[in-house]
Amino acid sequence: MSKLVYLVPLFPLIGFLINGLGRKTLSKSLVGMIGSGTVLASFILSLLIFFEVKAPGFTAQTISLFEFIKTKTFDIPFAFQVDQLSVLFLLIITGVGFLIHVYSISYMHDEEAPHFARYFAYLNLFVFSMLLLVLGSNYVIMFIGWEGVGLCSYLLIGYWFKNNDYNNAAKKAFVMNRIGDLGFLLAVFWMINQFGSVTFSDVFAKAPTTSTAVLTGITLLLFVGATGKSAQIPLYTWLPDAMAGPTPVSALIHAATMVTGGVYMIARSHVLYSLAPVSMEVVAIVGLATALLAATIALYQNDIKKVLAYSTVSQLGFMFLALGVGAFTSGVFHVMTHAFFKALLFLGAGSVIHAMGGEQDITKMGGLSKKIRITFLTFLIGVLAISGFPFSSGFISKDEILLAAYHHNKLYFWLGTIGAIMTAVYMFRLLFLTFFGSFRGTHEQEHHLHESPPAMTMPLIVLAVLSVVGGLVQLPHAFGGHAYFNEFLAPAVKVEEHTDPNLALKEYYILGGTIVGLLIIYLATRKFFAVDKFNGEYSGFKKILANKWYVDEIYDAIINKPLRALSVFLNIVVERSGIDRIVNGVGRLVNYSGRQLRLLQSGQVGAYILLMVVATLVFFIIQLFWKSV
Amino acid sequence: MFAAFDNFPALLIWLPLVTGIICFFLKTEAAAKKWSLLSSVLTLGVVGASLYFSGEKYSLLNQVSYIWLKGINSSFALILDGMSKMLCLLTALAFPVIFTATWKHQYKRANVFYGLMLLSQCGLLGVFMAADALVFYFFWELALIPVYFLASQWGGERRIQATFKFFIYTFIGSLLMLVGILYLYLNASGESFSLASFYNSRANPADQKWLFWLFFIAFAIKMPIFPFHTWQPDAYEQSPTAVTMVLSGVMVKMGVYAVIRWLLPLFPEAVHKFDNIVIGLSVVGMIYASCIAMVQDDLKRLVAYSSIAHIGLMCAAIFANNQSGMQGVMIQMFNHGINIIGLWIIVELIERKLGTRKISELGGIANFAPALSILLVIVALANLALPLTNAFIGEFLMFNGLYQFNVWYAVVAGLSIILAAVYTLNMVKNVFYGSGNSLTAGIRDISLNEKIILSVIVVLIFAAGVFPKPFLDLTQDTTNMILNRIIDK
Repeated sequence: MSKLVYLVPLFPLIGFLINGLGRKTLSKSLVGMIGSGTVLASFILSLLIFFEVKAPGFTAQTISLFEFIKTKTFDIPFAFQVDQLSVLFLLIITGVGFLIHVYSISYMHDEEAPHFARYFAYLNLFVFSMLLLVLGSNYVIMFIGWEGVGLCSYLLIGYWFKNNDYNNAAKKAFVMNRIGDLGFLLAVFWMINQFGSVTFSDVFAKAPTTSTAVLTGITLLLFVGATGKSAQIPLYTWLPDAMAGPTPVSALIHAATMVTGGVYMIARSHVLYSLAPVSMEVVAIVGLATALLAATIALYQNDIKKVLAYSTVSQLGFMFLALGVGAFTSGVFHVMTHAFFKALLFLGAGSVIHAMGGEQDITKMGGLSKKIRITFLTFLIGVLAISGFPFSSGFISKDEILLAAYHHNKLYFWLGTIGAIMTAVYMFRLLFLTFFGSFRGTHEQEHHLHESPPAMTMPLIVLAVLSVVGGLVQLPHAFGGHAYFNEFLAPAVKVEEHTDPNLALKEYYILGGTIVGLLIIYLATRKFFAVDKFNGEYSGFKKILANKWYVDEIYDAIINKPLRALSVFLNIVVERSGIDRIVNGVGRLVNYSGRQLRLLQSGQVGAYILLMVVATLVFFIIQLFWKSV
Repeated sequence: MFAAFDNFPALLIWLPLVTGIICFFLKTEAAAKKWSLLSSVLTLGVVGASLYFSGEKYSLLNQVSYIWLKGINSSFALILDGMSKMLCLLTALAFPVIFTATWKHQYKRANVFYGLMLLSQCGLLGVFMAADALVFYFFWELALIPVYFLASQWGGERRIQATFKFFIYTFIGSLLMLVGILYLYLNASGESFSLASFYNSRANPADQKWLFWLFFIAFAIKMPIFPFHTWQPDAYEQSPTAVTMVLSGVMVKMGVYAVIRWLLPLFPEAVHKFDNIVIGLSVVGMIYASCIAMVQDDLKRLVAYSSIAHIGLMCAAIFANNQSGMQGVMIQMFNHGINIIGLWIIVELIERKLGTRKISELGGIANFAPALSILLVIVALANLALPLTNAFIGEFLMFNGLYQFNVWYAVVAGLSIILAAVYTLNMVKNVFYGSGNSLTAGIRDISLNEKIILSVIVVLIFAAGVFPKPFLDLTQDTTNMILNRIIDK
């Protein structure tokens, strides 16, 4: 079955082509069926491959399709790699992807048919690119997917292209990703010149005999790529703006899959990172810093999607913290659980926005819990999961990360815990402002409030179930579980072993701390973010947080404006009045004779030719002269 | 003496030359258009056949040498090796595409216009096949002279100024090259102009030092390389679009080709001596041109500066002197031609439909002409070298070559891929996205034949981007030959 793995990305590609080319002729229902059907087909195939991979005795397979770039000195095949890590991502991408496609059919039903088809074509193209990213057996194929998902993200953020703010957000996302991509590319070149290959197996085989300095350089450059794709400091500012795209896109691309590309890449490269302790430390620190910074911003955002966006940035930070402290499987595990609950939260937010007739400001919501019951209950589950409610998927994955951080450096653990507390605070605030208290919107909106259709609520329910039980595959020993997830990934990704005799005790502390903590946070948030006391303006420190620490403004002042000023300077001063003037001066010199100048400028190009022929003759004469001498 | 047509090089010279001359005598515009399209399609057929009949077995079909100027040991020698075939294919593909894309454009004295176009094609094909220095020089001028006329007679408002500058630049370049050729002929090559004897000659290192610059400046102007580039934006802006396409799609490759075919093998010592200067200039030029591209308001000037940046990378990669860089340049010469012609077609369509090229006056075209916008976005993505488009392969190999030469050049040059995203996406945003205005609301979407032409470009973009092997294989022989010459100097 793994031999057929090329079909997994091929199905969505076909869907993209059909919907893209047939956007004017196909009906909306057909478009929706093709769009989600192709992803379903990929999901089923991925499941079959999963069972093959899971069977004992399976070894990683490379499926070569054709020669891609081959020169005398190196060879980059177009090849896929099937192993535990890639198959896990196949399941996440196609599984969550399918649910979001189904949801989109209903969410986007007001779009005109050609745009509806365009939307599904982009979405399928995204799934295709994302599958390339995780299937590639070398860094170049990974890079193809890497930039491909960036493109789809650009196209989908700017899907409503009439709005120039959205277009700017799309452009910003692409350009910031490109900055990261340059780092990725340089790492690829370094690998080509160091190892003579970019195929994972070759690179990893040669890594142990390579100097630490080189590996540190390569891994840091790869990490630059990851900061772009996975929205980490300093390249994270595009992700909140990316919320301009349709909400299902935010769920699929900007929460569940694309932004975890960087985590996948580092997990895939764990052999290199393990040999470069400095890089590991950098990854951990950047991840932790991002987790905290984004969490502080999320505390005072009023746009439901912006809260979730900063929350995503923050959760991605936790994943990088896990990777950085060597707990690669924990990072990947958090990718999976986060895919469940964050997709759930975004789709839930979509359902809220849908019910509110497009309103995204949570200060204008309130009391929705009774009006949209299913959305509320599933959203509540999502909030509890991300906040780490005991034994939910988020609890188990975050517990693992924090424990791993504890074993690495206690400071990281405590800072991480502060991040986790803030997570619960901003999520409860979001929950209260949206669903509790009294309704603060217009009468018209109140009248319009309704639960979403089944095509939207079904995916919510499925994701809610997964958010609850999805973590059980990794339930700690202390609670009677078993690390099935680690066991599965072990052949592909290094599993960190702790020999901590007090592990069980710590697990109980965390459980107890979490229960008490959540209770306090629940009560405190209820009191301090009291629902109806908000007047719309923040002041003091809150204002700084609400304005995202002014990072966008700072970037604008130190990068965008100087660059633009430089360009204008080069264009006007250097190009027009500098080089060009010199050239024109030389031109005039050449035409010292006023008569010739007139001749040339009157457009009689014949004169040009005359000049040339004369000159040529002169040289032939010189040549003859020299010859005779 | 030119009676035999039993080989491809001779056919490729005679076909456009004779049809071009006949074209001058055609009476109507329609006839001239059809005639030149027919001619260019036939030429494409010949190139296609030459690609099919490749390899040792058919070597006689792919070269020719007649006695020409016996007294001075110059023979009319042409050869089609991998690199020549690639560029002849580009030339042969470009002209039918250009003719079709500009089909609706009305020209006064169309027969002369099209005749000159075909003559220029003849010159270009000659440059790419010449195996004799004098023949090379002859075709070099033959390619340029028609362009002077085309630009100065059929160009925009400031055409005289622009053509004048173009003329001065290239004329100086040609002169320098001619001096260099004659010096080599008299002092090093045993008084023969043939490529082989030029290759076998070894100018002494002291001479190489200045001869290198004579040739380099000639070719650098043609490419163009910073700071020899200022003729280009004006020439592109002022020429009729069909001529701009020839200039940017094909003619700039004359410079790149000439560096690889003539400059590198002739002066290997000087190349090693000056490589840092040339690469430095190229890299500075890349960033410089990218920055300037960001603040252009005229679509043609934007594309022109974008092209200067891309060509800068090619020049830098050539002088990196390694497999990866050279292979990258080879494939990129072809792909850059395809992509930039695609961009010009779109610029031409917009200008013809709306009467302006000013980005600030456009906007929202995607609302009214979706097909045009989709095709433009694809070409724009190729322009910023997105993976699976053709330009990625070339840029990847070139950057890798540059990296191998010196990491820091690759890092600085790499900034241009970020800047390319900025100016390209700005252009897409400001021209195609947004809600539109009263001017753009009147645009009609593209017609079927325009769609077909752009689709051909798009298919080529993806074909070469997904499966570049045939292109890489085609030029492997030339790459090896050139690199061997430089490395075991």
